[in-house]
Amino acid sequence: MSDFSSDGFFQNINLQDGTNWATDFVQDVIIPRLPEAAVGHFPVELGTVLVMIGCAGIFVALVPLLPLVLVLAERKVSARFQNRTGPMRVGPWGTLQTLADGVKLLFKEDFIPPQGDKVLFLLAPYIIFASSFAVFAAIPFGQSILVSDFNIGIFYIMAISSVIVMGVIMAGWSSNSKWSLLGALRSAAQIVSYEIPLGLSILTVVMLVESLSMSQIVDSQSNGIFTWLIFRSPFTFIAFFIFFISSIAEVNRTPFDLPEAESEIVAGFHTEYSGMRFALFFIAEYANMFAVSAIAVTLFLGGWEGVLPGYDFLGGLPGFVIKTLGLVFLMMWLRWTLPRLRVDQLMNLCWKYFIPISFFNILGTGVWGLIFQQDDVWSIGISCAIIYVGLISAYAFAGKTLARKPEPQVSSA
Amino acid sequence: MESTQPTESKIIELKPFTDEMIVNMGPQHPSTHGVLRLELRLDGEIVREAIPHIGYLHRCFEKHSENLSYPQIIPFTDRMDYVAAMNQNWGFCLAVEKLLEADETKDFAVPERAEYLRVLICELNRIASHLLSFGTYGMDIGAFTPFLYAFRDRERLLLLFEKVCGARLTYNYIRIGGVSEIIPMEPGSVFEQNFLEEIEEFLDYFEPKIDEYNDLLTANSIFAERTMGVAVMTAEMALSYGATGPNLRGSGVDWDLRRDEPYSIYDRFDFNVPVSKDIPELGAVLGDCWSRYKVRMDEMKESVKIVRQILAEGLPDGPVMADLKAVRPPKGEIYFRSEAPRGELGFYIVSDGTPKPVRVKGRSPCFSALSAMQELSRGLMVADIIAIIGSIDIVMGEVDR
Repeated sequence: MSDFSSDGFFQNINLQDGTNWATDFVQDVIIPRLPEAAVGHFPVELGTVLVMIGCAGIFVALVPLLPLVLVLAERKVSARFQNRTGPMRVGPWGTLQTLADGVKLLFKEDFIPPQGDKVLFLLAPYIIFASSFAVFAAIPFGQSILVSDFNIGIFYIMAISSVIVMGVIMAGWSSNSKWSLLGALRSAAQIVSYEIPLGLSILTVVMLVESLSMSQIVDSQSNGIFTWLIFRSPFTFIAFFIFFISSIAEVNRTPFDLPEAESEIVAGFHTEYSGMRFALFFIAEYANMFAVSAIAVTLFLGGWEGVLPGYDFLGGLPGFVIKTLGLVFLMMWLRWTLPRLRVDQLMNLCWKYFIPISFFNILGTGVWGLIFQQDDVWSIGISCAIIYVGLISAYAFAGKTLARKPEPQVSSA
Repeated sequence: MESTQPTESKIIELKPFTDEMIVNMGPQHPSTHGVLRLELRLDGEIVREAIPHIGYLHRCFEKHSENLSYPQIIPFTDRMDYVAAMNQNWGFCLAVEKLLEADETKDFAVPERAEYLRVLICELNRIASHLLSFGTYGMDIGAFTPFLYAFRDRERLLLLFEKVCGARLTYNYIRIGGVSEIIPMEPGSVFEQNFLEEIEEFLDYFEPKIDEYNDLLTANSIFAERTMGVAVMTAEMALSYGATGPNLRGSGVDWDLRRDEPYSIYDRFDFNVPVSKDIPELGAVLGDCWSRYKVRMDEMKESVKIVRQILAEGLPDGPVMADLKAVRPPKGEIYFRSEAPRGELGFYIVSDGTPKPVRVKGRSPCFSALSAMQELSRGLMVADIIAIIGSIDIVMGEVDR
């Protein structure tokens, strides 16, 4: 039940679930096939580690395909928004365009600023790349389709995705370019600030589910759409939107793309990067986008569980991917519609609105958890009613005040 | 005067300032609208000072002009404000024609048909110019899509210009004494009918689009947040810097040469002059970036109105070129100003009676507006600098000439 028991938090981190299958694989598959003389001497632990590394290799090889698809999707989506066709030349309907771009980037000159800090400059793309891919290890793509189901999954994700900002600062600093430095500092301020509402809105979920394990969070949403955590209390409903907007800020996309604002600071922290190193940043950005959408789906939108209870076609993978891509599309939609915020407005939004609302959310969730039992039909009914009334009134009041419809200002002829 | 006596209560001022950093924004920068170079003195994100350095696109227009005959100068004016080249042609031709009219011995007048064609084309050109300004401003603020919408519509206008003069950007269409006859457009011909119909089609398509763009960008909360109340240029300041056109009207000065000093046949048309005012319920301050931008959006509607009036009347019959053997203005000098999309475009010409001018001086509206940059940008943030450059809508070809 609770992970915060008396014998310490970190002693309780349980990697066993994740390693069991690898040990089983070694004992059931490999050892029976060994020559008889070697059976007693085969180191099971080492074998386990090797099997895990092998699987990680497959994983690392497969996950980059995601950005490949997403980059093309982004270009096609933006093209549709803008009365264009997007890439059409390479492959049928331009489907191989990203591959061609990747090959081009491979052959580009790998320029390293001579006055910069060479070590940091070389290291930075790998830190960002590695940490954004490490996040995927804890995301449950479907029933038992996850790399490691350890009991602090969401905590691990928060921790590992915070490392990205280190890579960004390293990239900005080591480039010895003023634009890069500006971009890196913007990014540092932005990501560090938005981690707070992000973490706090995750906390509302954790409080309701009483677990940090990703698979347990999904399991608690298994009884159809109304048991999804977004509908379970009005506070998680608010938390979902805070989480989603903050995660857009986390992955530096419009309207929060200040760290790489092209029209202001050229390209931000990766101004000086070229060739494959630039491609790593690019891939990491799209991987991140998918990762945060996947986390939002897992935490709030039922993960791989279906709209109806008991749905597990292909382990729920198709449903999970569709929901995640829906959020990714929403991000693209926002990107190609909205302008960019200024840095002080960005901070205002975070510190003056999101963080107070998040704290209020946590308080509310606590009270909600005291009043209602988990998964109570009554609680879900009341929660949905409150959400419905809230949305209607928000539309009625905010719709009028927020809509700015300027009239043409003319003086008579 | 400094007093040595200690004041009663010493206020310790918190100075959250760090080391200053000097950054060169431009000449190669995505949003300096060409080759403007801004020397920014930054304190973190805050701009202590922004000093514009110009001259990267200087092509000696004025010196060239001294060695060319009057008609030969027109293509050079194309390259000043290349976004609104028709208006530049016209501004120069108007000045030369004024000089020619002063000649008592010759009976010189621009034909009616040419005047109508000029107004028609130049108002369409004004729309094209403002569209570009709208699109790039959206991009400066971070919205990419309005940019492509603007270019999509501008493309249709460029095709129209291509029909009458064969060029898409540097037209050399308006000539001294009329308009170019390179592609002859006979009165009442099928070509003329088609051309006018196409313009009508475009206007029918374009007029609702302006409202769409207002919904997409002008009324957008983030856009409003970024531009309202930023870089306020008061009316006094605008006048003292010589800002003209939409920049001046954005500061609330009701001044438009087309209405207040009507040249050509502008007095025959009915149109309004958009002037900004304070809109407290939205948060717009008179003279801020948003006001300047909004004036352009509203001006497009007024241009549509003027073009519609011409289409309703139809083009008059007659020649499109005055009977002019050679352009040889009498001895004298002239300064004539006209309302180009970016403001008052003036040409000062000194003639000694030969086919070549002694001196030509162009008064660039962008140059005057850009000079306010330093004062406008003090104490703002880096992102605001971009917002200012876009809102005063400079074209470096005209600033540097």
